[in-house]
Amino acid sequence: MILLETEALTRAYGGVVAVSKVDFQVEAGLITGLIGPNGAGKTTLFNNMTGLDVPSSGKVFFNNKDITGFPAHKICRMGIARTFQNIRLFKELSVVENVMIGRHFKTGKDATHGRFLNALKSYVYLKQEEQEIYEAADNWLDFFDMSQFKNELAKNLPYGRQRELEIARALATDPKLLFLDEPAAGMNPQETDHLMATIRKIRDLGITVVLIEHDMKLVMNICDTITVLNYGMKLAQGTPREIKHNPSVIEAYLGKEEE
Amino acid sequence: MGISEFFQHLMNGLTLGGIYALIALGYTMVYGILKFINFAHGDILMVGAYIGLFVFDGLRGDAPLGTWTFVSFFIAMLVSMVSCGLLGMAIERIAYKPLRKATRLAPLLSAIGVSFILSNSAAWVFGTQSRKLNYPFDNTPISFGGVVITPHQILILVVSVIMMVTLKLFVDRTRMGKAMRATSLDQDTAMLMGINVNKVISMTFAIGSALAAVGGILIALDYKVYPTMGTMTGLKAFVAAVVGGIGNISGAMFGGILLGLLETFGVAVFGIPTGLKDTIAFGVLILILLIKPEGLFGKVEKEKV
Repeated sequence: MILLETEALTRAYGGVVAVSKVDFQVEAGLITGLIGPNGAGKTTLFNNMTGLDVPSSGKVFFNNKDITGFPAHKICRMGIARTFQNIRLFKELSVVENVMIGRHFKTGKDATHGRFLNALKSYVYLKQEEQEIYEAADNWLDFFDMSQFKNELAKNLPYGRQRELEIARALATDPKLLFLDEPAAGMNPQETDHLMATIRKIRDLGITVVLIEHDMKLVMNICDTITVLNYGMKLAQGTPREIKHNPSVIEAYLGKEEE
Repeated sequence: MGISEFFQHLMNGLTLGGIYALIALGYTMVYGILKFINFAHGDILMVGAYIGLFVFDGLRGDAPLGTWTFVSFFIAMLVSMVSCGLLGMAIERIAYKPLRKATRLAPLLSAIGVSFILSNSAAWVFGTQSRKLNYPFDNTPISFGGVVITPHQILILVVSVIMMVTLKLFVDRTRMGKAMRATSLDQDTAMLMGINVNKVISMTFAIGSALAAVGGILIALDYKVYPTMGTMTGLKAFVAAVVGGIGNISGAMFGGILLGLLETFGVAVFGIPTGLKDTIAFGVLILILLIKPEGLFGKVEKEKV
């Protein structure tokens, strides 16, 4: 089943076409890799699918529903979460608070609605809700094996842990689909191994994962299917094995062999 | 200076500072979220004062001072808060939101434009002559061992403390408050956490403007109401926000009260001529910018590479 799909998605900035007529499919329950040389349009494609940017033309479908141009908070509430290439945690908040924020706006239908009155009505209600959110956040920290850092400030965590915390925070919004933008960037080999195991664990929870990554070992190891972008266009799509032996992919990465 | 004289100045400074603090909160909240100074904020205070004045006069009619005039005053304050809240939201919608992605100078200029539109419209509609708010209750000063306090001062202190505590609880405890804090830390990430950033921004303007309305009415208790009354007070409250560390809510409260105290003590104790009273605020601003540019409670923002 196709969970998310773009149809001829194009994003141009003035004369620069960052993404050009890309048809991208995400199969539910799998780990999909999105690779390509620098400047190929991977992050732009991510931004256009998560509501941080609006496509110049083309469409985005999630669960067969057209979500093109929806604001980011709405897309989040529909069940799509993401992380960033450079870490964007709430640095001055504690680890558990970061995850709690992801949870806060998820409970209830439109969670920012009418809560001030509820809070006035009953302090107990507020306490109880806060407790639930705290426990949910705590469970995610357990999942990432990070409970011991619970009360540390996010900025004081080791680098690899900060990256995982960002993923935990995204997961706290209870997504069906998780976008990871270069999750292994800057990680050492041990951290990368740990991350690979974690991403598999996330998939096993039934959450579909799409990731941009330059670490080929990681991509080839854990992705079920890979899409390659080059100069804003889709170059190839297939299993890791197919991609590894695809001549145009090799050319895009290594250049053409001299005669 | 005797002890009673000290307490006298302290009392005067605190009431003045309380008003500055209420107004400074609007500047600091908007800056915290949009990194933008809303220069029309002072004029919203003026609109709030006019609305309060008219509603109060309409309600009390010819009634003698008593419970009804007292109650009318608070109804007038409430009406003014709600109207100014809506006005603030409308201004954001019309004059700032379309410019959110423009250069940082654009909304600033737009704000200055809105400021002129508000004060000139007020002059046109209400006339340029200044008006006086009728007393809502007997303002005969009370003496506490040599310290003379007017009932107005007590009202100003009580109202500003209640407003500040409520705001602090709102921002710290409620979901909307949390959404505001998250939005001020990182707008994009906040959106991805399911926070409706547009709603948060509207709400910020509404709350800031409602607090300015309260400030305006409290000023109207002891001073005159006229179309440009918001300019100087607005600027001083802005200074208070910068002194406290712009973007920081506790900082704005502290900065406002500090400024009120400095002005009062500056004139009374350090012998600064009354005519130069207004220069104290700006002198403090220059000092702060030289010594601690991020403000007393502010954090140094590091540029990310």
